[in-house]
Amino acid sequence: MRITLTVNGEAHRLDVEPRHTLADALREGLALTGTHLGCEHGVCGACTVLVDGEPVRACLMFAVQAEGCTVATVEGLAGPDGTLHPLQEAFSVCHGLQCGACTPGMLMTAVHLLAVEPTPDRDRIRAEMAGNICRCTGYVGIVDAVESAAATMAGREDR
Amino acid sequence: MKCPPFEYHRATSVDDAVAALVAADDEGKILAGGQSLVPVLALRLARPAALVDVNRVPGLDELAVRDGVLRAGALVRHAALAGQTLHPLAAAAARYIGHAAIRSRGTVAGSLAHADPAAELPAVLRACDGAVHVAGPDGSRRVSADTLFRGALQTDLGDHEVITAVELPRPDAWGFAEFARRHGDFAVVSVAAARFGDRVRVVVGGVAGVPHLVTADAVDPGDVEGVAAAVADDVDPASDLHGSAAYRRALTRELTRRALGDLTGAASPAPVPEPA
Repeated sequence: MRITLTVNGEAHRLDVEPRHTLADALREGLALTGTHLGCEHGVCGACTVLVDGEPVRACLMFAVQAEGCTVATVEGLAGPDGTLHPLQEAFSVCHGLQCGACTPGMLMTAVHLLAVEPTPDRDRIRAEMAGNICRCTGYVGIVDAVESAAATMAGREDR
Repeated sequence: MKCPPFEYHRATSVDDAVAALVAADDEGKILAGGQSLVPVLALRLARPAALVDVNRVPGLDELAVRDGVLRAGALVRHAALAGQTLHPLAAAAARYIGHAAIRSRGTVAGSLAHADPAAELPAVLRACDGAVHVAGPDGSRRVSADTLFRGALQTDLGDHEVITAVELPRPDAWGFAEFARRHGDFAVVSVAAARFGDRVRVVVGGVAGVPHLVTADAVDPGDVEGVAAAVADDVDPASDLHGSAAYRRALTRELTRRALGDLTGAASPAPVPEPA
C-alpha cells in the first residue's frame, strides 16, 4: 500500500506491506536506522518514536496506520549542524549509555516526558522511563541524564 | 518476529467494519490500539487473515457523563481515560496500565475485548456494573460486565461484532489498589471497589479467569478488616510463576483492605493517586 507521512519535518511517500510496522518502514523504507528494534512485541521500548507528538512503540503500529501522520525519530533530535540535543548531550556526559541499543527509545521517551513535565523528580523519571529496558547501565546514569537535561532545558527557557 | 501476512482494511464506519468482519468469515480481527493484538501476531500466537482497522472511524472518541454514567467511545485511549476527572476510579486504574507509549495507543474497548484477567479495566467495568455497546450484523446490543467476560481472554463477543462504546456508572465512593512486580506490568492482584448507594462491589483481578466479584452491604470504616478477610476467603487463585495461591490470597486481603480504606475514608473519593 502507498502511504505518505512526515518524518522529522520531511514528507515521504513509500510503499509498504500491511504487515510492516512503522519501525520496519522507518528502518528499511527510509533508511532511518536510528530507531532500534529489540523485542518486536512492545516490551523493551527501544523502538519508541513520537507520532503526532505522542510516544508510540513503533513495533506495535503498522506503517499503514501512520498514513498522514507526523513522526519524530532520534535522527531529528540534533540540530542541522550536528549540535546535540540537551538530552543527547546529557546522556553522553552522565554515561547514560553503553552499547546504545536502548538509547534511541530512551531519548524519545525522555523528550516526551520533559515536554509534558519539564521538571520531574527522580522518582517520576524512574516511573516514566520504566517502559524502556537497558541491559548495560543499571539506569542510574540514565536517570542522572534526564534530570540534568531537564535542568539545562529549564535554564534555557528562563533566559 | 515479524507479523504473518494479513489483508488490511481501513474501516470508514462501524457498518463498514462489521461488513469487513463478515466478509472475512471467521478469520477477521478488529485492530484498534494494537497494544495486545500486535504482540499476539508478532509472537505468531494467532494468524488472522484480515485486520479491520477502526482507528479512522469517526465518532468513536466521545468521553462524557450522562445521567451519572461515563460513556467512552471505542477509540478512547488509556491516556485520555487516565487524564479525565469525570470518573476518578477509571482514571486511577488507567494510570496503572503499561507506560506512556502504551497508554497513548491502547484503547479502553480494546482492553475489555482482549479480557486479560489481570488487566485493570475489566475489573473496573465489573466493579461499576458497567456495560459495552456492541455492533454486529444483526444490529446492536448492550452486554453487561457480568456477561461479557467468559474466561481468560474469552468474551461474549461474536466473530463479527465490534464494541462501539463503554458505559461506566459513576460510583458514590471508590477505591483501587494493585500490586505488580514492576511499574507498568500487569497486576499480580488488583482490587477495584465501588459503592452505589448502600451496596459495595469489590472486584479482584488476577485471581481467576474473569474479574472476581463480591458484593457487600454498606461498608463502614470498622467493617473494612472483616470484609477484606471475607473477600480473601471467597477467591480461589491458582499458583503460577508470579506468585503462589497463598500469596495471591494474602495480596487480595491487603489490597481489598486498602481499596476499602479509601472507599470508606472521610476524604473518599480521594484525589487520583499516582501509581507507586
